[in-house]
Amino acid sequence: MNFQAPIGSSLPRDRAKRLLAGRGQYVDDIQLPRMLHLAFVRSPYPHARVKSIETIDAVAMPGVARVVKGADLVGVVSSWRGTHNLFPGLKAPEQHVLAGDTARWQGEAVAAVAARSRAEAEDAAEQIVVDWEELPFVGDAEVALENGATFVHDSLGSNQAFAAEVKQGNTELAFQDAHLVIERRFRFNRHTGVSLESRGLIADYDPSADRLTVYQSHQTPHQQQDLYARLLDIPEQNVRVICPDVGGAFGLKHHLYPDELAACAISKLLERPVKYIADRFESFLSDIHCRDHTVTARMAFTQEGDIVGMQVDDLFHAGAYSQYPRSSIAEGNQIIRLCGIPYRHEHYRAAVRMAYLNKSLLGHIRSVGHPIACAVTEQLVDLGAKQLSLDPVAMRRRAYLRDEDFPTTSPGGIALEHLSFHGCLDRALERIDVDAFRREQAQLREQGIYRGIGFATFVDLTSIGPEYYGEGGQHISAQETCLLRLEASGGIRCYTGATDQGQGIDSGIQQVVAGVIGVPVQDVKVNSGDSELCPVGGGSWGSRGAALAGEAALRAGQELRRNILNIAGVLLQKVPELLDIRDGAVVDATSGAKQLALAEVAQIGHFRPYMVPDNTPSDLTVTGRYASRDRMFLPANGLHVAILDVDTDTGLIVFQRYLVVHDCGRLLNPLLVEEQIRGGVVQGIGGALYEEFIYDDDGYLCNGTLADYLVPMAAEMPDIEVEHLETPTATSELGAKGAGEAGTTGAMGAVLNAVNDALTPFDVTLSEVPLTPPRILRALGKI
Amino acid sequence: MTEPSKTVQMALRVNRESVEATVPVRRNLVDFLRDDLGLTGSHVGCEHGVCGACTVVVDGAIMRGCLMLAVQADGCEIETIEGADQSGRLAALQAAFHRRNALQCGFCTPAMLLTAAALLEQNSKPSRDEIRDYLSGNFCRCTGYQEIVDAVAEVAGADT
Amino acid sequence: MKAPDFAYLRPNTLEEAVAALGRFGDDARILAGGQTLMALQNFRMASAEILFDINWIPGLSDIHEEPDCLVIGSLVRYAGLEASSLIERDAPLLSEAVGHIAHPAVRNRGTIGGSLALGDPAAEMPACMLALNAEMVLCDANGERRVPADEFFLGLYETTLRPDEILTAVRIPKARPSQCYAFDEVARRRGDFALAGLAIAGKAEGSALHSVRLAYFGVADRPVLAVSAMAMLEGQSLTAELIDRVREAAIGELDPPDDPATPAAYRRHLGGVLVARLLGQLRERLL
Repeated sequence: MNFQAPIGSSLPRDRAKRLLAGRGQYVDDIQLPRMLHLAFVRSPYPHARVKSIETIDAVAMPGVARVVKGADLVGVVSSWRGTHNLFPGLKAPEQHVLAGDTARWQGEAVAAVAARSRAEAEDAAEQIVVDWEELPFVGDAEVALENGATFVHDSLGSNQAFAAEVKQGNTELAFQDAHLVIERRFRFNRHTGVSLESRGLIADYDPSADRLTVYQSHQTPHQQQDLYARLLDIPEQNVRVICPDVGGAFGLKHHLYPDELAACAISKLLERPVKYIADRFESFLSDIHCRDHTVTARMAFTQEGDIVGMQVDDLFHAGAYSQYPRSSIAEGNQIIRLCGIPYRHEHYRAAVRMAYLNKSLLGHIRSVGHPIACAVTEQLVDLGAKQLSLDPVAMRRRAYLRDEDFPTTSPGGIALEHLSFHGCLDRALERIDVDAFRREQAQLREQGIYRGIGFATFVDLTSIGPEYYGEGGQHISAQETCLLRLEASGGIRCYTGATDQGQGIDSGIQQVVAGVIGVPVQDVKVNSGDSELCPVGGGSWGSRGAALAGEAALRAGQELRRNILNIAGVLLQKVPELLDIRDGAVVDATSGAKQLALAEVAQIGHFRPYMVPDNTPSDLTVTGRYASRDRMFLPANGLHVAILDVDTDTGLIVFQRYLVVHDCGRLLNPLLVEEQIRGGVVQGIGGALYEEFIYDDDGYLCNGTLADYLVPMAAEMPDIEVEHLETPTATSELGAKGAGEAGTTGAMGAVLNAVNDALTPFDVTLSEVPLTPPRILRALGKI
Repeated sequence: MTEPSKTVQMALRVNRESVEATVPVRRNLVDFLRDDLGLTGSHVGCEHGVCGACTVVVDGAIMRGCLMLAVQADGCEIETIEGADQSGRLAALQAAFHRRNALQCGFCTPAMLLTAAALLEQNSKPSRDEIRDYLSGNFCRCTGYQEIVDAVAEVAGADT
Repeated sequence: MKAPDFAYLRPNTLEEAVAALGRFGDDARILAGGQTLMALQNFRMASAEILFDINWIPGLSDIHEEPDCLVIGSLVRYAGLEASSLIERDAPLLSEAVGHIAHPAVRNRGTIGGSLALGDPAAEMPACMLALNAEMVLCDANGERRVPADEFFLGLYETTLRPDEILTAVRIPKARPSQCYAFDEVARRRGDFALAGLAIAGKAEGSALHSVRLAYFGVADRPVLAVSAMAMLEGQSLTAELIDRVREAAIGELDPPDDPATPAAYRRHLGGVLVARLLGQLRERLL
């Protein structure tokens, strides 16, 4: 089809104007009559028995409506297990909203106070006396899997949650015969999403209608509707989840959290609205964390610089439980499937082990597993190039999958359409003169300035298909539906199951609808984030909105357009094929002469439908539906290039330049895609340089405030150049692939490679992130 | 006031309107503005003065709303995003932020705007580094900052 | 993360304040700019029953000069220091240091007195006072006493300030034309507390240095002078070789705490880097 503006136009977002005026409405901005506020008592220990909980003093505190322990919620809310049917070996223990007799991570809630205000709830929570018996804890995945380790869950009889292996070819033989084998052990330390707005919700249960309305800062309203209905035993048609403006999410808001479900259960118990807003302490203690992987990887090369094969062993953990409803396996599973993916090679073996231990849960944060697979692969490629005295660019050029290799299935089992590795590299080299950089680098080294360049090629598995969670047994939609309604005035309302936390998918869909139908973009109003009003959809996660919800919008737009032209054809006594819709009016397709305003068509459709023969499709409320078939993912690709200086006295890093060349297929709105990339890069830089949860020897989190958990701030971040290639996917008509995670996917690898390139004269290699100054100086032997 | 007290009656001006209120002394300024006055455009991000989301203008100077007690605003002139928006003094910044999409989720945005406006009052032609420096106490998790810097630079008429 | 319940007292004069402190001092905590205290309150880590708001006391927010010194009221905000031409002229070290403190919104509220009374070992102002040989002016109901910076900072968040006293001002000897000074710190991000920092002040006669004070922050439980390194500079002209020896000496006498995020060895190493860099700058300026 003909993709016309505003599809592909860099338009600003409708939603932004409200937010700029301070008129956003986030969940904590909402007040309901009779609303109570929750505070939790959380375990101060990584592992402890709860011998008793004394609440007498707390109950007597001013403003307290109820103090709730786990036993109070029996029969109100069910437990769950974070299983996944595609991974039948995954052992997932039962989890409850409030810990019963054992707390298994520092921050696990054991009791809650509902009070008039949050301050009073906190006052009362301080008066709850828990008799804790500290238990031995497991704080490290390697230790967890040793013989004789303390069990996190006695019922499982082991701390091993899952193990799997992916194999192609024969790596043992191939590695024996290889000219060069590079092996490294990598550490990717633990960090999280740190949305500026913390998690929060208001649960409002009305017993007279057995109805639960939840206002929640969340990415997936329909998923939550299903979970609340099932776990709280409320008919699903009586459960409504509304996601108002959401202040950042990044994956940490697409899970079920026990404290949030507890708020719903307490609302049901008390028959009053209950608000729970996690404070920053609680965010750091109880939000889903990510990474915390130890990867040992080997790459084998020919003398000429071809890659023969790869062996990968990933060890990670889920924290104390497998997250729900998606399970915690994905980060490890993505790693073993994605290592080496941009490169031609035939022999591949990758294994993953996942443990349980006494830390808060690990799960899905922006770019699940991808940054790790990318960094591991790209560092091994750089090290191979160095050993073979090859230029890292030339090495990549040689070893990349070539245009003629597609379509193919990667050794890790990922089906690849056409990916533009060479095109991205070409474009990057148009922007960055690597030879000139090397000359400059040599000169700077003479002055004691250590500048480095790092390349990171990535593949991003976007837009997960229904085969993953559908087959996995989770009620998470990978199908998107778009509902369009032509109003009598000629304007169009659009309802989507995708959600917008600022990425701009509302605008992308608006542009698709406007472009497909032929109306001005401001004539389309997109509504999202309401499980009752919007068609069932998956919300936003995993870089899916443009590709899935965008295609559904395209299909709905095509149908509405057809019906509009059918009605117009009847009125004008012309065949619809001779008509077109341009700028919100029905026109003669050849001359462009205006024939009818859309309002005239709509008024016939709504108020005088007898004018149109019954057998002529003329619905003005239509839906379009899209789910991919026979593919698990929609891979996108790109290349990051980082240029930076390492101060070898202080270990501090200063960026000089950052470039991303990205191919996410058809661009709906370059302005918004670029913004996604930049934000993603900075989040990736966070993981590469700053963000790390630090635990002491006793298993306590040491840096649970925003003053000591370091996020990237404006002063240190580079300007980021973004270049686009557009290789549309052939699996949809729109041709869009996901873009939301690509910035994060490659940043860690690019920064790691740039730092190591900068430190070449010192003959050191760092393979642990974040690259903190002490780590850098230790590698340099200065401390 | 010579005896300790748990509530204080105070009078102040908020967004050019007179406000009288009796507040518990432990309530901080941003909670007072949000919960008592319904000025929810100021946001609460960390409650320990790091993220900058609660920044409001007190007697003409930007301050952290979570690091001031409401009673300390007794007699002060407070301006929040709602007042600054309605006065029109942010219009150029708002337009540049909108055009360049210098916001995603919008949670940091009101404070970012007030902070950027404070910079431009002091320094009408800041360099990119000066802009980044001045905004370095305002956490934005979404944008990567560049478009924000561009927008402020554009309003300052600096090269972008 | 809401502050616990407490009571609030707002004296309107210094006399009222010291009288009330005499009554309630042990249960009270003085609230100046509040840029640290308020966060601790929100954390429920500060346990004062009464917050004693001194922001309404007149006369504590001025900077004035006496023949040999600047008197800076304890309620002078960091932004006030930044904007003061007196400070720029007579205490340029402070002008240089103050921009490193946190961020504009915090500098608009935070006070010099609050920083000194808190005694945060990673903060800039205490080290500057130490480098400049400043005196703290402390008032109680019976009058005032002056304590030199050398004796004021006792340990982690611990000073000689008694519960019934208010820090009302600091007295800083005016910089003479012969003053030499330098300031820098290493932080991961702009405005963060320093991993290590150094304030230097002294006299230069020709190229010879006298009475140079090297005041470190972020490397101990309080701001500390590197006394043996200082002694090596007395009467000397800076040379690369001397700077190197001073660096070694400074590293040798720093004994930073170890914490899980920042090993002691790293802070100690930074101590050396900073002194070498700042003395290098001084050397260039004195050439």
